[in-house]
Amino acid sequence: MAESALAPPVRWTAWILIGFIFLPFLVVIPVSFSDRPYLSLPEHALSLEHYREFLGDSGWLHALGRSTLIAALSTIAALVLGSLCAFGVWRMQPGPARWVQSIILLPLIIPTVVLGLAFYRAWVDLRIVNTMFGVVLAHTITSLPFVFITVSAALAHVDPKIEMAAKSLGASMPQTLAWVLVPMVLPGILSGALFAFVHSFDELIVVLFITSRGLETLPKKMWMSLEDDLTPVIACVAVLLCMLTLAFLLLELALRSRLKNTTST
Amino acid sequence: MTNVTRRRRKLSTPTLLALPAVVIVLALCVMPVLRILLLGFSDPAVGLSNYALLGSSEALRRIMATTAVMCVATTVITVSLAYVIAYAMVHVTHREVRWMFFFILLAFWLSVLVRTFAWIIILRSEGPINQMLMALGIVNQPVQLVRNTFGVLLGMVHVMLPLAVLPLYSALNGIDLRLTSAARGLGCGRIRAFLWVFLPLSAPGLVAATVLVFVFSLGFFITPAILGGGRVIMIAEYIRTQFEVTLRWGYAAMLATTLLVTVIAALSIAARFVNLRRIMGGAH
Repeated sequence: MAESALAPPVRWTAWILIGFIFLPFLVVIPVSFSDRPYLSLPEHALSLEHYREFLGDSGWLHALGRSTLIAALSTIAALVLGSLCAFGVWRMQPGPARWVQSIILLPLIIPTVVLGLAFYRAWVDLRIVNTMFGVVLAHTITSLPFVFITVSAALAHVDPKIEMAAKSLGASMPQTLAWVLVPMVLPGILSGALFAFVHSFDELIVVLFITSRGLETLPKKMWMSLEDDLTPVIACVAVLLCMLTLAFLLLELALRSRLKNTTST
Repeated sequence: MTNVTRRRRKLSTPTLLALPAVVIVLALCVMPVLRILLLGFSDPAVGLSNYALLGSSEALRRIMATTAVMCVATTVITVSLAYVIAYAMVHVTHREVRWMFFFILLAFWLSVLVRTFAWIIILRSEGPINQMLMALGIVNQPVQLVRNTFGVLLGMVHVMLPLAVLPLYSALNGIDLRLTSAARGLGCGRIRAFLWVFLPLSAPGLVAATVLVFVFSLGFFITPAILGGGRVIMIAEYIRTQFEVTLRWGYAAMLATTLLVTVIAALSIAARFVNLRRIMGGAH
């Protein structure tokens, strides 16, 4: 009945637009297998030449390793801080809870160039400009809202009486957290971790502000290469990021359906 | 947050749990941003000299105009296209929606840098579009598709589209489709039923999507910088130039403040109409 209300042209337009949205995947993958020495679609045959170049270039590999490390460390930090904060807000009075929420969401609302300027000035004073620690710290702050939002969303389905039950059975607060609440919202926490990791791995703008030469992350190296030589290796890196996003999304969807199952029973 | 001044022992457990994150965000994000805001009034000299440039500088006026035009155009195009997608999504089968969702989320989470890079490949003079146009004999020499307003607009709409679809879909999904059926049963045509029944009911979703896209376009950096190629300069890229090339800190800080104030103003106007907190949470 509902379907009959949709005119077929609308449906096809929607699918064409989704094809448009999806276009980067369709372009980047064939270009990375190009047999030409410059950025273009494959002409005569598919080739792994650019992948070989990527894997043989220590600059790109270092950038990959550095980005992975930064993302892993900032994810762990954001996960601890963001989850604890979400647990706290879940049990607060609505008034203070709104304040905390507003503060934690600020890094998401403030335009990234403004954050970049602000971080740079503060990091200069703390003497952590152009250091791994500086980047990890900045990414911890910008990842915090993602963890906070996903864990809060998971907690919204948890009955507060469960916590009281644990308490009345003699569990302390750390015990209640570790054995009762964390396991219940684990899918939410893990999905927060995924968001934080991908965010940090892809983040470019803040990195451009708080690092100079010598500290290249993968997006920064891509950016520099885009402005400079436009090597086809960029396409291989782009494919790598596409695959990462695909893996991330599949995991996230799996976690989301698990969360639905665990909290609905 | 309000309990910070009390003695530690008296802090309740929830406050203690939330405290570390709040302190870190306040100390390392809010404070530094406030310092930047102050810098606009103190560097190079105390006063409003930086802000006077808002009215007098011709270069700045041009950048503000470019930013405004690009943001408004991006928002209008993006929200209209997103509406078509979201409208189709609430009308097709459950299975089809899941596939649509999958593709949209995949693009949503793909790095903006990669998405912009893909457009460079497509729109370049040596790219597939120009090759096709030349092979078909429509043009003799490559058409300039990138490093101009067209390229930037296309790239921005492309990046913003998933962002607009998500809140629109969740708003449209809450509308009872039987209402349009009822209107049609009462003799309304298809178009009138849409314009008079469905569209007004979807207004909150439209406002939310419009604000989100507008706000994110305002501070947009990567796509305009790459696809504009220095010819279409928007405020975010201009701020970075002040930071990196001219080192005029007070001027950069004034621009940052102007950007931030515009974003907050847009959000607070929108907050009067829709529950932004729910949308920010629901978008992910």
